[in-house]
Amino acid sequence: MTEHLIACHACDLLHRVGDVPLGGSACCSRCGTPLYRPKRDSINRSLAFTMAGVIFYLIANTHPFLGFQIGSQLRETTLATGIFQLYQQDMFIIATLVLFTVVIVPAIHLLSMLYILVPLRAKMTPTFLAPVFRLYLMLKPWGMLEIFMLGILVSAIKLVKMATIIPGVALFAFMALIFVLSAMTVTLDEHLIWKKTEYS
Amino acid sequence: MEKNRVLLKFHSMTAKKAGLVSCHRCHLLSKLSSRKGKCPRCGAIIRSRKPESIARTWALIIAACIFYIPANILPVTYTTSIGMVQPDTIMSGVIYFIHSGSWPVALIIFIASVFVPLLKLLILIILLLSVQFRWQWRPVDRTRLYHLTEAIGRWSMLDIFVITVLVALVHLGALANIAAGQGALFFAIVVVITMFAAESFDPRLIWDNIENTDD
Ligand SMILES: [Zn+2]
Ligand SMILES: [Zn+2]
Repeated sequence: MTEHLIACHACDLLHRVGDVPLGGSACCSRCGTPLYRPKRDSINRSLAFTMAGVIFYLIANTHPFLGFQIGSQLRETTLATGIFQLYQQDMFIIATLVLFTVVIVPAIHLLSMLYILVPLRAKMTPTFLAPVFRLYLMLKPWGMLEIFMLGILVSAIKLVKMATIIPGVALFAFMALIFVLSAMTVTLDEHLIWKKTEYS
Repeated sequence: MEKNRVLLKFHSMTAKKAGLVSCHRCHLLSKLSSRKGKCPRCGAIIRSRKPESIARTWALIIAACIFYIPANILPVTYTTSIGMVQPDTIMSGVIYFIHSGSWPVALIIFIASVFVPLLKLLILIILLLSVQFRWQWRPVDRTRLYHLTEAIGRWSMLDIFVITVLVALVHLGALANIAAGQGALFFAIVVVITMFAAESFDPRLIWDNIENTDD
């Protein structure tokens, strides 16, 4: 009987799993928490956004995101040099936190999606589907690219009176990456991925 | 309101009362057999309720409150320009933006660095008290408050990222130089601790109290 039941994540009330139109969301009738959201063509769409994400990720991490110019002195910063700068100032914890939330977690998200979605598209089940998807879900709140983007904008406003600010290639790659990553998350049908583990 | 919102048909029973456990990662229901069982589908450790939820959340909240003080008193940045060193705290950064006329930026930083962490701590304290004293008051709204704290907490990282970008860019020796201060470290710790605090609170405790008064 448990196959046709689901418990609300926020209030634990048991519900009968019912049909929900694609793009809709099934919600708890007691507290309103969304329980699952079936998505149209989820694997193809998420995979397309993941592959675009990999390209934007590589550009965003290898090119300068802002240039800072006073007189003849120009300083261009990539993400890596920024984090390295913090390590040099002995801000070890902050540097690690930035490295983790802006570089490592998005990379793990993209790689785990590739690992899961490429075989699923070819009608195969990857060997470590369950632990990899569990890692993906666990790290979800720690990906902070969109907050970092807002941080870049705020710093640019702060510095614009001191010097000339030149937006770099990576800045645009960042914006594209944020859009593509959220599209990847929105089109992904988590319920469907978990169902795929059951028949392996 | 979200479109295509379907309310599922429900049973008059929670998973716990039915002797079932819902996996917190993949939401599979399984029978509560052993104490430290693993989810048969995804392998995560399954527990009916988060372990020691109230004690853990209180400990993290108190730690966050303690670290919040040096985070606001100590400078988060040291700006050197033409030989002069100016320390800045979170609040003096906000005031700088108000004086320079960019009050929307001042507002964004104030919300992310001051308002959100305090609101989050306040909501978690109210939720903990409501669970401990078995308040019956508006469980739906309290569940919504919980989802709110989960969603907004990460935005407090904004100031840390601003500092990172400033430190990375403004590095021109004696002419212009920005270095991070100890306040930034404490603030980063506060953000991380409050994220763990929200994670360790179990919203199902709100509803357990409502049911226990029924019978
Ligand atoms: Zn519910
Ligand atoms: Zn599971």
